[in-house]
Amino acid sequence: MTATAAPAPAARRVPVSRGYRFELVKLVSQWRIRLLVVACWVAPGLFVAAVSQQSSLPVDTLFGRWMHATGWAGPLVMLGFAGTWALPLLTSMVAGDVFAAEDRLGTWRHLLVAVRSPRRIFVAKALASLTVILLLVAGLAGSSAAGGVVAVGNQPLVGLDGHLLTPADAAGRVLLAWVCALAPTLALAAIGLLGSVALGRSPMGLLLPALVALALQLAQMLPLPVAVRLALPGYAFIAWNGLFTSPAQLGPLLIGVVVSLVWAGTATALAYLLFLRRDFTSLTSGISGRRAVTAGVLPLAGLLAATVAVVAAASGATGSGIEQDKVQRSLATAFAHLYRLQTGQLNRPDVTEAQLQAVAACTKGGGQVAGRGPGNDWRCVISWHLPGLDATGTAIYQLDITADGRFVADGDGPKEVNGYFLVRTPVGDAPNPLWQFDGNVDLLPSPKG
Amino acid sequence: MAAPLAIRARGITKCFGDVVALDGVDLDVAQGQIHGLVGPNGAGKTTLLGLLLGLAVADRGQLEILGTPVRRALAVPDGVAGFVDGPGLYPSLTARQNLAALAALRGGDARTAGIDDVLAQVGLTEVADDRTNGFSLGMRQRLGLAAALLTEPRLLVLDEPSNGLDPAGKRQVHGVLTRLAAQGTSVVLSSHRMDDVEALCSEVTIVATGRVVFSGPLGKLAAENRELDYRLLTSDPPAARRLAADTAGISVVDDAGVRNDADLLVVRALVPALDELVVRLVGAGVALRELAPVVSPLEAAFLALTEPPEADR
Repeated sequence: MTATAAPAPAARRVPVSRGYRFELVKLVSQWRIRLLVVACWVAPGLFVAAVSQQSSLPVDTLFGRWMHATGWAGPLVMLGFAGTWALPLLTSMVAGDVFAAEDRLGTWRHLLVAVRSPRRIFVAKALASLTVILLLVAGLAGSSAAGGVVAVGNQPLVGLDGHLLTPADAAGRVLLAWVCALAPTLALAAIGLLGSVALGRSPMGLLLPALVALALQLAQMLPLPVAVRLALPGYAFIAWNGLFTSPAQLGPLLIGVVVSLVWAGTATALAYLLFLRRDFTSLTSGISGRRAVTAGVLPLAGLLAATVAVVAAASGATGSGIEQDKVQRSLATAFAHLYRLQTGQLNRPDVTEAQLQAVAACTKGGGQVAGRGPGNDWRCVISWHLPGLDATGTAIYQLDITADGRFVADGDGPKEVNGYFLVRTPVGDAPNPLWQFDGNVDLLPSPKG
Repeated sequence: MAAPLAIRARGITKCFGDVVALDGVDLDVAQGQIHGLVGPNGAGKTTLLGLLLGLAVADRGQLEILGTPVRRALAVPDGVAGFVDGPGLYPSLTARQNLAALAALRGGDARTAGIDDVLAQVGLTEVADDRTNGFSLGMRQRLGLAAALLTEPRLLVLDEPSNGLDPAGKRQVHGVLTRLAAQGTSVVLSSHRMDDVEALCSEVTIVATGRVVFSGPLGKLAAENRELDYRLLTSDPPAARRLAADTAGISVVDDAGVRNDADLLVVRALVPALDELVVRLVGAGVALRELAPVVSPLEAAFLALTEPPEADR
């Protein structure tokens, strides 16, 4: 009988750090990824700088109307756009392809023989795609901020309730808003990993984060109950708005961030389990559609139901969250802040918000329907007092409130206050801050109830 | 004393659902031996090579690789390299970058990992800095071999390494494998090209429908085989034909017309009868210019052992 060879030493598994570098090299060598990196670090700055020089501003986008006034509006406009389009597409192209690329190239067996651990391959791939996504997000944020500050300047920013943020405060909150937007980005990236593992070379795997993001956006447009809205993993793409009020509306933001992170963790764990179960030796290697549904879709559907239940129970939120008293409070607060701004523009004696005692009286549908819920049929009358005068000032606004709590207040007169888009200042005409402005209604019940 | 075994497999069985890919396979491969694995498509070759690379573990049976029992997936010992289903290359990287990334993955320094040396061995020095997305199949095969060589393997497992190789590339690859074997590396390769297997391998295993139908030296295969057709080219074809017809155990295959060469004589015989014919030709003063099997012994054996009987067809 022939003897076998002397036992060879056991093969060492490749450390995650080396696998991570290997995955990064592969990602960065793709022209598509290089193009994305360059685009994310250059295009937003150019876009913000160019738009800031235009006479027509993107007033439909939050903070777009302030792009002439401060460079800190640019990165927030970019964040609004990124949350809608750019980040879902970026996560699709990076995380949605990181596993599918090996299927397409037929390199799984090669990789397994080299690394000898599916667990480490998964971790390395997830970390590498996370790194690239962070690099892209940092580019979007940094480039748009730089473009805005260079083109317009480091000026104070008008918040969503009309109060002025100092440039330093604005910079901090812009940074925080982008950091918060990372949470839903991670959720989409994890869904991308799951799609990439479950669907392999199918284009559906690549498109999954973008499709999920689109579905989430459509859902946010519907008159859903607040608990459902907040339990959707993309809500933090909207909830960062709350950072720009005083006091900040942190409740919806924290819920949105936590929900997104739970989704990110769950989807990554599902992708991990699905990946470990994969048989790489079978010529028909891949994951069956049935297994993808049972191991991928069903748990996420269960997670959605659970988060809706938890958010509903914890927040006590019911209905749309848009109620008459909250709308009135929010509008009056914003008006008072912006009135001070206008007073300053007109070189009049300063008044404080407390002195103004601004109150709003709002009705919906001409008073024919209950004063709650989104719609463009809100009409509000604001009244205020000036120190030393007995007369009460009044102004009318038409409000268009969307289901996510954001509103646009459109001044309806009088002309001297809010009826015209320009005000005559000692140094010439300037945009009238009271003519049209954006605001935000906190969807969660207020502490007072 | 026989060389120690690099691979010792006993009763290896592997199923994918209801499909039995390997059914009680035994395999011995000695150190420093180039061992061929042949069989029809779907016979189980790739599955067996996958087990040798550790991509999966057998459902039943025992497998020892380089003296180490393999009981779970991806647990083969150090020193095993190769590829199945084609080499894994990343098209966005150059040939050199592919190898450097692999060397770095294994903890080596790309500058000292011998990348230039292995590229030279497989004849890819001139295209070392080209992206592999423009590589032909043969170039990809050679780069896959270079990637395996980087690890200085003791056991090299290659799935159809000659696919797509031009004659020069084939010669280069054969040279590399022969040199490795001479240095003590065992090589297991699958191929559908019998000429490659005959040129390279000292032993061969033929598998069909997941079972081993032959395993042993090529010479034994020829001896065990049925009669073969041989082509003879002589100085006096009519005399040669007469002598062949008169020699016991020789039958003349009258297909010269088909082969479009009137001087060519094809005879069917076992080796002893053929030896007798050669002696008689020389004795009769007929010069023998060429004597070769029409179909190689391996190919003939392959067809005989793997094709279903006439009655079943």
